[in-house]
Amino acid sequence: MPKLDAKVPSGPIREHWDNHRFSMKLVNPSNKRRFTVIVVGTGLAGASAAATLAELGYRVKAFTYHDSARRAHSIAAQGGINASKNYQNDGDSIYRLFYDTVKGGDYRSRESNVYRLAQLSVEIIDQCTAQGVPFAREYGGLLANRSFGGAQVSRTFYARGQTGQQLLLGAYQAMMRQVNLGTVDLHTQTEMLDVVLKDGRAVGIVTRDLLNGEIQSHSGHAVVLATGGYSNVYYLSTNAMKCNVTAIWRAHRRGALFANPCYTQIHPTCIPASDESQSKLTLMSESLRNDGRIWVPGRADDTRSPGDLVESERDYYLERRYPAFGNLVPRDVASRAAKLEIDGGKGVGPLRNGVYLDFSEAMDRLGEELVRQRYGNLFDMYQRITGENPYEVPMRIYPAVHYTMGGLWVDYNLMTTIPGLYALGEANFSDHGSNRLGASALMQGLADGYFVVPYTIADYLAPMLGDPVVPSTDPVFRDVEASVQAEMDRYLSLTGTRTVDWFHRELGKILWEHCGMERSAGGLERAIEDISSLKEEFDTDLRVLGHSNTLNQSLEKAGRVNDFFELAVLMCRDALDREESCGAHFRAEHQTEDGEARRDDENFSYVAAWDWSADADPTMYREDLRFDYVAPSQRSYK
Amino acid sequence: MHLTLQVWRQQGPDAEGRFETYDAPGIGEDMSFLEMLDIVNERMEIEGREPIAFDHDCREGICGSCGLMINGRAHGPQASTATCQLHMREFSDGDVIVIEPWRATSFPIIRDLVVDRSAFDRIIEAGGYIGAPTGAAPEANLIPVPKATADAAMDAAACIGCGACVGACPNSAAQLFTAAKVAHLNLLPQGQPERWRRVERMVETMEQYFGSCTNHGECTAACPKDISLDNIALMNRDYLLSKFRNRKLGAQR
Repeated sequence: MPKLDAKVPSGPIREHWDNHRFSMKLVNPSNKRRFTVIVVGTGLAGASAAATLAELGYRVKAFTYHDSARRAHSIAAQGGINASKNYQNDGDSIYRLFYDTVKGGDYRSRESNVYRLAQLSVEIIDQCTAQGVPFAREYGGLLANRSFGGAQVSRTFYARGQTGQQLLLGAYQAMMRQVNLGTVDLHTQTEMLDVVLKDGRAVGIVTRDLLNGEIQSHSGHAVVLATGGYSNVYYLSTNAMKCNVTAIWRAHRRGALFANPCYTQIHPTCIPASDESQSKLTLMSESLRNDGRIWVPGRADDTRSPGDLVESERDYYLERRYPAFGNLVPRDVASRAAKLEIDGGKGVGPLRNGVYLDFSEAMDRLGEELVRQRYGNLFDMYQRITGENPYEVPMRIYPAVHYTMGGLWVDYNLMTTIPGLYALGEANFSDHGSNRLGASALMQGLADGYFVVPYTIADYLAPMLGDPVVPSTDPVFRDVEASVQAEMDRYLSLTGTRTVDWFHRELGKILWEHCGMERSAGGLERAIEDISSLKEEFDTDLRVLGHSNTLNQSLEKAGRVNDFFELAVLMCRDALDREESCGAHFRAEHQTEDGEARRDDENFSYVAAWDWSADADPTMYREDLRFDYVAPSQRSYK
Repeated sequence: MHLTLQVWRQQGPDAEGRFETYDAPGIGEDMSFLEMLDIVNERMEIEGREPIAFDHDCREGICGSCGLMINGRAHGPQASTATCQLHMREFSDGDVIVIEPWRATSFPIIRDLVVDRSAFDRIIEAGGYIGAPTGAAPEANLIPVPKATADAAMDAAACIGCGACVGACPNSAAQLFTAAKVAHLNLLPQGQPERWRRVERMVETMEQYFGSCTNHGECTAACPKDISLDNIALMNRDYLLSKFRNRKLGAQR
């Protein structure tokens, strides 16, 4: 494996993207139809890429395991999308969004990519508005903004609490328009189970039709993966139930390096689990922390109801520890602080697994009506799920995994280490460093899909003009089809006693315990052992009923959980290797005297990109990070 | 809680279906309805019986994957709530719960409680978009949209495409789904150039698959996002007008 070449353009950073676009090869309009591009995943990144590539004239084959492309998990994003429009005249600029994102990522992202993201943010809002995304408006008819996630400027565009839904529907509709024109061949209920390589290049994929189990090959000149993140490796997360790592993991097994797997973001304001049977966690918008006060009982094991505790018996621990930022400290700090209180025996609620988020002070200050206007929909959602009325009793919250900054390593063109294989959106590692800022996931997905890959892919395709695709009858496809079929048959042939969900839950518990909000060398080493022995059980004691030639949801899950096992080991290894605390990655051994993260720029200012080996330990390749524009500094919220 | 479930089981699209009865003891009232099904399924798998197939994904009431007829009501007893957001505290110990897939011939059953809703995608494909290719967009604030218009468009755009409206309708009509998208786009200034073409194509595609609307209003009662019947009025008006507007040179008048 050669040294990682990120292909960062030269010159001043504000000219990188312009210069790069000029230097890349083009495919002439009438030749574009001679190229077939495979797009896997139809969330924000995938649908926007498929629509745009088809508009340009490429032949696109798009794949989703959902029954409709409108259901991808992008749809669940609530808060909004950042853009450096400076509509509020409050001093925002491309440079400031770039600066905030690099700093927010705790100096573990690639400056050049982030600068381009900030530049493109402006065009995204124009594009989505033209498509009819119903962004919030002021009475004068112009676009409204709000501030979000502690940013000092107001740059977040939103569509009520359903921004992700509206942006996804925009991209989905644009893609369906192309489906109607015959330029996108959309395959629903079809799951990609492997990528196919010939002479080292990505030449297609192998899929399984989820309705009849048929294993099929699809060839193309390039393959784009936009298959989202892997938070579900923890079993309990805020991700949708089907979200998984399989597409990018299978690509990883074929040679694509996996970067920074241990960077997983944990969101502080989720509704705590109510019992063992809990299937997923629900996120509530971070905006609740603008007016809610977070507290726990002052002494441990105090099980009185919240109303019985007078002020002096309550510990507003964020306000106490971080007087400057109080309840508005960043996500990672707020999450870790909650864990500390709960581990110290101060957790509240029936399972003692939450902290209070209390609006009584806000109700006195603002009045119930204003609180209802600001947070009514969130309060309703909370009440629907917990049966408790947050206007009367404090909400209970607990952190949950909700985004993974790690993913396939990509260069400036978003190409992985496999030529012809691209990764977009949450599936790649590129823009958020070790911590993602609020309202920037939607921005990245759409930047990658609408504005980056449609240009950069031409540079790869242009020299292949006239080359036919590798036919799906080629032995390279036959071999992969056989291995995919063999895997299905193996799961069905096992006659164990445990369900897939049981294994998934147990895996999640290990990972949450040792590779969650706080990691330590001892814990991670133990986790690797525990995961490996659980995996051995999975390989023998699993039971999957039914057949492979019908809809079989347990069989689908078996393959995904198998990949989660392999990923989980790599996450622990990566976390073990990174002997520092940065962003969402907190190593117990690397903290200051007062318990804050201690970053080590001297030794760890790099991207860790891992290869795959079935029998040996994986090798890590480093992409050293340079900070020519944003000088690294220590974050402080005191 | 100790419940009894009567669940529609059907091996495949062409297989014959039937109700099967399952005993469901030990259900907590804080569980969601789908978590209750998860438990029943896991118990069945351990006993060697194939689990009940049902569609679900986000479990936050936004992806539109889930959708069950629960005791004859689309998405069950709680108003404005998708199946995944329904919790067991809405039921009582000893209840018998009947669970069926959406009942509509235009949503053929795939297996058990899973139906094929691809006809919805055909309606969107026919015109449920604004043709604005990437890169061609003007600066966003060049198109002011009155707040009331933007809010009305957003109300309609909140549709999650779950199909409850069709499942609840005695005619299996898809007027509410179609009208929600027509209204979202036809209300906005950006949607005007394609307004008449959009409504004509969407309505006529809808009619290829679904039944006719006879103003029962069951759809809006079942809708987890409270999409209003007003949208259907708007769609009908625009559809009627489209027959004049879409005539040659009609757009010039």
